[in-house]
Amino acid sequence: MNPSLWMEWAPLLWKGLVTTVQVALLSGVVALFLAVLTGICRLSKYKLIRGIAYVYVMLFRGVSLLVLLFWVYFSLPALGIEFSAISAAVLAFGLNYGAFGSEIVRSSILAVPKGQWEAALALNLTPAQRMFRIILPQAVVRMLPPINNLMIELLKATSLVSFITLADLTFQSQILRGQFFGNTIELFTIVLILYFILSSCITLVARLLERKLSAGRM
Amino acid sequence: MSTTVQEREPHAVSGGETALPIVKYNDVKKSFGDLEVLHGINLEMRPGEKIAIIGPSGSGKTTLGRMLMTLEEPTSGTIEVDGELLWHMERGGKLVRASEAHLHRMRTKIGMVFQHFNLFPHMKVIRNVTEAPRKVLGLSKEEAHERAVEMLRKVGLEDKLDVYPSKLSGGQKQRVAIARALVMRPKVMVFDEVTSALDPELVGEVLEVIKEIALEGEMAMMLITHEMDFAREVADRVIFGADGLIVEEGPPSELFENPESERLQSFLRRMN
Repeated sequence: MNPSLWMEWAPLLWKGLVTTVQVALLSGVVALFLAVLTGICRLSKYKLIRGIAYVYVMLFRGVSLLVLLFWVYFSLPALGIEFSAISAAVLAFGLNYGAFGSEIVRSSILAVPKGQWEAALALNLTPAQRMFRIILPQAVVRMLPPINNLMIELLKATSLVSFITLADLTFQSQILRGQFFGNTIELFTIVLILYFILSSCITLVARLLERKLSAGRM
Repeated sequence: MSTTVQEREPHAVSGGETALPIVKYNDVKKSFGDLEVLHGINLEMRPGEKIAIIGPSGSGKTTLGRMLMTLEEPTSGTIEVDGELLWHMERGGKLVRASEAHLHRMRTKIGMVFQHFNLFPHMKVIRNVTEAPRKVLGLSKEEAHERAVEMLRKVGLEDKLDVYPSKLSGGQKQRVAIARALVMRPKVMVFDEVTSALDPELVGEVLEVIKEIALEGEMAMMLITHEMDFAREVADRVIFGADGLIVEEGPPSELFENPESERLQSFLRRMN
């Protein structure tokens, strides 16, 4: 590949990459927060809390992510609620992936042996202490592999933000395609590799966390 | 369903002491779905008393202990601990189901060791034992550590403080579990078939530890067990339960040497 071509592409691709990482990171944080919150709420002893969490999961798991994105960005302003493109993206991705993550959190908590709950209760830990000090730390180890998958899915889905005017990696590559239509093989190969590198970073973090959190348990 | 606490004559047990019972089951029944597993249990434990509960599998022994630890709620009847109702409280002259706050307060008097240890796998041995003293009793880090080390020394594991449970043998795990329960200083402790999940060669070390604790005396112990020799040696009184009822009870010498009921006779024959 011609190095001068690369020099010409690099600034735009870099800007796109930064936007992609930004959207993915922020959405990931929101999604994880919603996943843990609603995953725990699904197991509440109060029917109302369980119900709200269940409706959230059903609703946001079941809608098209792209349409949800449009709805937040184009429809909510009609109701007087306006978001910047990046806030709209983070909200839509967070809500959607949070719903999927919620099920992972819930099932991982349920997979912790019943004896752990009972031992925690026998030691008179409060319900919150049982959850956050005994059960959740064990559940997190079970969650990590499926959460890793989910975050990679999310990263790749961020390419949808190009539809709401955000200049992410995919958006920039489309711009470049218009100018360098003779070099689309090189262009999209590079973009594929960039996405691959980003997702590898997610996996790396997940692996490190998994190793750290499962210390002594093997 | 009886909702009143019946005043019963505290029955005389070995030596005829009449101290206020630390634990009292009043006509306790328990059903799982349509299946009634306990058909009305009346049982008392004096402070510091060691009782062994023996009987065939499925006789409801474990359920009896789990109700005391507040892991299972009685279907009817009441349990008193240290003179207070465990699963109920009074509201406007009526007995209502205990609140979480009430149960929390009552649980400070009760401890339990489980058949499958249930150590916290994500915590080192020392933290398994310091966690509850710190978070529940509010002890400082140093105090909790000191107390925990003392207990781990008692069970012979003071050299395993910084080891994860997965690195311990079954017998060692169970001794940590005993230390973890002891460190809370309960007035009564349930030992639920604590050697049943152990390899035969590891049973002895756990029973030895329990015997030593029993000798110290002040804590009442409910030993749900299949180890007849152990029951005979440690218990002040043995309760034989079968089919959800207490069939026979008495001091170990009487119960093992002169079983009255046909049920117990055949049970003991099969155990030997």
